[in-house]
Amino acid sequence: MAEKVKKQKGAITLSNGQVIVPKRKSTWQYMVQHKWLYFLLLPGFIYFIMFRYIPMGGLVIAFKEYSPFKGIWGSPWVGFGQFQKFFSNNDFLKLLTNTLGISLLQLVFYFPAPIILSLFLNEVRHNGYKRVVQTLVYIPHFVSWVIVASLTYQLFNVTDGVFNVIFRAISGGQTFDILQKSSTFWGLIVGQDIWRETGYGTIVFLAALSGVDQELYEAARVDGAGRWRLMWHITLPAIRGTIVMMLIMRVGSILNTGYEQIFLMRNDLNLARAEVFDTYIYTKGIRSGMYSFSSAAGMFKSVVGMIMVLTADRVAKAFGESGLY
Amino acid sequence: MAREHKVKEGAKVRKSTGDRIVDVIIYVALGLIALSTVLPFLYVLAGSFATEKELTEKAFFIIPSVWSINAYRYAIETANILRGLRNSVLLTILGTFCCMAFSLSFAYPLSKSHFRGRNWIMNMVIFTMLFGGGMIPSYLVFQAYGLLDSWWALILPGLISPFNMIIIKKFFQGLPVELDEASYMDGANDLQIFAKVALPLSKPVIASISLFYGVGFWNDYFNSMIYLSTPEKYPIQIQLRSIILLSSKVSDTVLDYDMFGAPPDKAVKMACTVIATMPILIVYPFVQKYFTKGVMVGAVKG
Repeated sequence: MAEKVKKQKGAITLSNGQVIVPKRKSTWQYMVQHKWLYFLLLPGFIYFIMFRYIPMGGLVIAFKEYSPFKGIWGSPWVGFGQFQKFFSNNDFLKLLTNTLGISLLQLVFYFPAPIILSLFLNEVRHNGYKRVVQTLVYIPHFVSWVIVASLTYQLFNVTDGVFNVIFRAISGGQTFDILQKSSTFWGLIVGQDIWRETGYGTIVFLAALSGVDQELYEAARVDGAGRWRLMWHITLPAIRGTIVMMLIMRVGSILNTGYEQIFLMRNDLNLARAEVFDTYIYTKGIRSGMYSFSSAAGMFKSVVGMIMVLTADRVAKAFGESGLY
Repeated sequence: MAREHKVKEGAKVRKSTGDRIVDVIIYVALGLIALSTVLPFLYVLAGSFATEKELTEKAFFIIPSVWSINAYRYAIETANILRGLRNSVLLTILGTFCCMAFSLSFAYPLSKSHFRGRNWIMNMVIFTMLFGGGMIPSYLVFQAYGLLDSWWALILPGLISPFNMIIIKKFFQGLPVELDEASYMDGANDLQIFAKVALPLSKPVIASISLFYGVGFWNDYFNSMIYLSTPEKYPIQIQLRSIILLSSKVSDTVLDYDMFGAPPDKAVKMACTVIATMPILIVYPFVQKYFTKGVMVGAVKG
């Protein structure tokens, strides 16, 4: 994207800056000369066809009544029947509420968390301290959701979780069951997200901040700017592009709440708030064998996601940001 | 360059009392945040070496008063945790190796600005970042490929992550062009340049991307749950989940109870959690300096 000036086609810039324009070879000649490059590309190309594009073609079953005996091609077409069934289903509103509820909570609490943490870290002048904090806060990102879930159970369960043991002592025998109540489920999920990803999320912002010319801060300080003005006029503008980029991706995944985390934390008692598109597709599709129905649900989710990313990208560009693509 | 300025600024700027207070608040807040990320791990680590008595008596501790390895003995002997551990190690090594082989070789041609068909292929890759078949069509297609109940169902669908591939590609693009020119002069072909010139210079990106893929395999729970049905093939995450949920009331499948006999006690759950976390925490310090760079490259688009 940096190469704004369109180079003459086929021109080669030598290391000494000299530009030579060789007579353009025919594609066939080029392919023969660089046959090894195509050889290297081939396995990956086959991978993309077999494991990314053919499954996309498999989406045709969303327009069919798939039966395992007739196969993908033999099953009868039903047009938009599966979609109609999905949208008119009572579950749809529940799924939409839960998915958007979790996503909006994430947008409000989880999205700004790494930005705030980066601003804090940016104020730290003691490099050793900064590095220790960074090293520690990155760790949770690398442990699995199963381990996060396991830590959560061990800290918060009613019988012997640390939290409830302490809570019981303070409140005189009462317990607070975060894990098995629907009212706390969204908060629980967003809380886990914040604990796991905030530290790691700072990396991109700190990278953007490392590019800021320190002279700017100096000059502003000489002019009498305090800490808050420096943050407002130098630090935040420096990461604005990154914030917008992350926001686009966040908005694009508004229907993607992820399977693993929610699947691991849900149970019979909090299911009312815990059924989201992703878990629903799994339960209806793989557990109950309603393949076509849940493919339609999945396709709805993918299409909305794609539209959201592209729209957010346009909006960002309209406001003068560089966007994603 | 930034360093120099920092030193100067430290000497020059005198801080007001208000500024100092804010500084203290920030340092303390960061300390607490860092602590909150490690405390759960430390508690579980301590608990795994503690006796059941201490675990029921004390709400929270970091160092057990009486040390015991009974929990680990139980985890290894009864809960069959070693099998899951072995499976996960093998799966992670095999999977990471395959992913790296495919990703590196796919990224290399695309990193050459003269490569014909490059835009076309890149568009094909980027489209998969925006749209995909989704869980059910993928499941049916992989079933048709005969991948069910096989580790290949966990490895093949994720051979190349577009995001990781782009990071690798950008790294290759940063290698000096002179190397190519010199190697062509010496009569080397593209394959030789890739293997003998580009790869040896790419250790940082190989390290960080291997970590990304490796962590993905090690941590995978959902795919294993969907695709694997033979308990002998289960990775550690599946076993860990069954153990954790065993005696809590929230287990949802009969399978969980079938796998192991009696419900294990608290220390055993902690020991299993430690066993599943350790490998990541052991590797982490060695690759940490690489992955920050890797993520940074990925963040700078282009």
